Amino acid sequence: MHGLYAIYRKEMGHYFVSPIAYIFIGLFLILTAFFFNVILAGVIKQSFQMEMQSMQFGQPSSFDVPAAVLRDFFGLLSTLILFFTPILTMSVYAEERKRGTMELLMTSPVSELEIVLGKFLASLSLFAIMLLPTASYLIFMVLHSEPMLPWRMLLAGYAGALLLGGSLLALGSFVSSLTENQLIAAVITFAASLFIWVLDIARSSDTGAGAVLQYLSVIRHYEDFTRGVIDTSSLIYYFSFIVLFIFLTVRSVDSMRWRRA
Amino acid sequence: MIEVQDLTKSYGAVKAVDDVSFTVNKGEILGFLGPNGAGKTTTMRILTGYMPATSGTARVAGFDVFRDSMQVRRHIGYLPENPPVYPDMTVEAYLDFVARIKNVPAERRAVRIDDALRKTNLEDRRSELIKRLSRGYKQRVGIAQALVHDPDVIILDEPTVGLDPKQIIEVRNLIKGLAGNHTIILSTHILPEVSMTCDRVVIINKGKIAAVDTPQNLTSQLKGGQKIRIELEAPERRLREVLAQIPGASRVEVEPERTGERLVVTVEAAQGKDIRSDIAAKIVQNGWPLFELRGVSLSLEDIFLELTMEDATHAQPSS
Repeated sequence: MHGLYAIYRKEMGHYFVSPIAYIFIGLFLILTAFFFNVILAGVIKQSFQMEMQSMQFGQPSSFDVPAAVLRDFFGLLSTLILFFTPILTMSVYAEERKRGTMELLMTSPVSELEIVLGKFLASLSLFAIMLLPTASYLIFMVLHSEPMLPWRMLLAGYAGALLLGGSLLALGSFVSSLTENQLIAAVITFAASLFIWVLDIARSSDTGAGAVLQYLSVIRHYEDFTRGVIDTSSLIYYFSFIVLFIFLTVRSVDSMRWRRA
Repeated sequence: MIEVQDLTKSYGAVKAVDDVSFTVNKGEILGFLGPNGAGKTTTMRILTGYMPATSGTARVAGFDVFRDSMQVRRHIGYLPENPPVYPDMTVEAYLDFVARIKNVPAERRAVRIDDALRKTNLEDRRSELIKRLSRGYKQRVGIAQALVHDPDVIILDEPTVGLDPKQIIEVRNLIKGLAGNHTIILSTHILPEVSMTCDRVVIINKGKIAAVDTPQNLTSQLKGGQKIRIELEAPERRLREVLAQIPGASRVEVEPERTGERLVVTVEAAQGKDIRSDIAAKIVQNGWPLFELRGVSLSLEDIFLELTMEDATHAQPSS
């Protein structure tokens, strides 16, 4: 596994020596911070209206502001993840192939699995590093909420975001291994992610096919997590998704040997 | 050290490498000579385990390149046509990465990196970003990368391409210095390169081996086809008659010089004969003004011509 670690180190170095990681993290934080403000203000306004309504009818308000903010924020996070992951993975293999460094990796005593896993774990790490600072907004809110929101809701939400991100990163790596062109890799990854996303629409259908499609949607499982529910079937779903695409990437990298370079 | 048996690689109907067999002994430098697209790179890629052969076997350091690929890769240092470098890395960080993926143990890494930097004369560039280096320096980083794990076998695909004459000489000396401890295969399409560095030459054309021999034998064998270029003023018909009388002269080609009455004549001399003095004597006898008379060293194309002609025409006169 020395090869896996070497590849992981190299990828992380690549992210953080070049401006890529900083631009990425910076942009992501600006967007999440802005939308967090918008969501917070919106939800508070909504809660005031609810309170006024409930005062008119003389009932106690049952609106849970922190939970609503959390749900909206994680919903927004999933949309941003959809846009950010294709850019994160587009160069993973495409650039190596274009520069000819793939030839170095593939003539070194390192297995394809080590290459693929090293690169996947590095992109997942960058993703986690990008995600982590956003927790500060939520922690701040949780600390000031009354009654305090249970921590596990926050943890479940981030677990969901990591699994969702990991799945899309695995998908993106696979697409990147198919082409030498970064732009094509990004666009196809985005289109494919979007497609899996919208499978969710079939949710309304009551047929058996509808149920299957619903299970295949990455977003339905994510919603469980944002409600603080960690469902085993969702865990299995995401792990299978990641393992499948890592396997496909290994096969694709291996097939580079058989194709005419 | 390297044994190649009946190696064939086809891409669809095209055979990039066609039934190639050769061996390289330990400590030897083998030159792979051939025009672009002759199958040099493909053969090297098969040897390094980058791609599998369609049929035939190749063994490096006793290991089959396909079945024991990992073992083979441990014993090989490889410089592809374009140096496989990461532009955002410094020279040292890059060599450290390569040493890691080549399985160099942690305690030996620093020593190996220093050694590779010293051999390729890169010591003063170690902390520079690779993207800031010139083409020649990048090539050296590529060579350093192939040396960093001290492999038994070093395979270099066109190591001197894109370098200036001074750098070419440095690289050649470097390669010569590596022989003995390492077994080296290098490919090139420059003829003097093989005669200067290699112990043996494999000439490959259209995927097939045209000749395997030492550079000395090849050049002496090809001395037979030495050409002589003459620039003079003379009546063409008379000149042809005179040259035809010289024993050993053949294939006289005459073309007028661009500017005027002068003629440029190429004469091919027969095997092992130096007919330059005979030609000079004849010209002086006839009182023709002579401007130039020199032997032309054979270009790669001539060698291929020679080698392919050998099968077709040269074989017939002797029989």
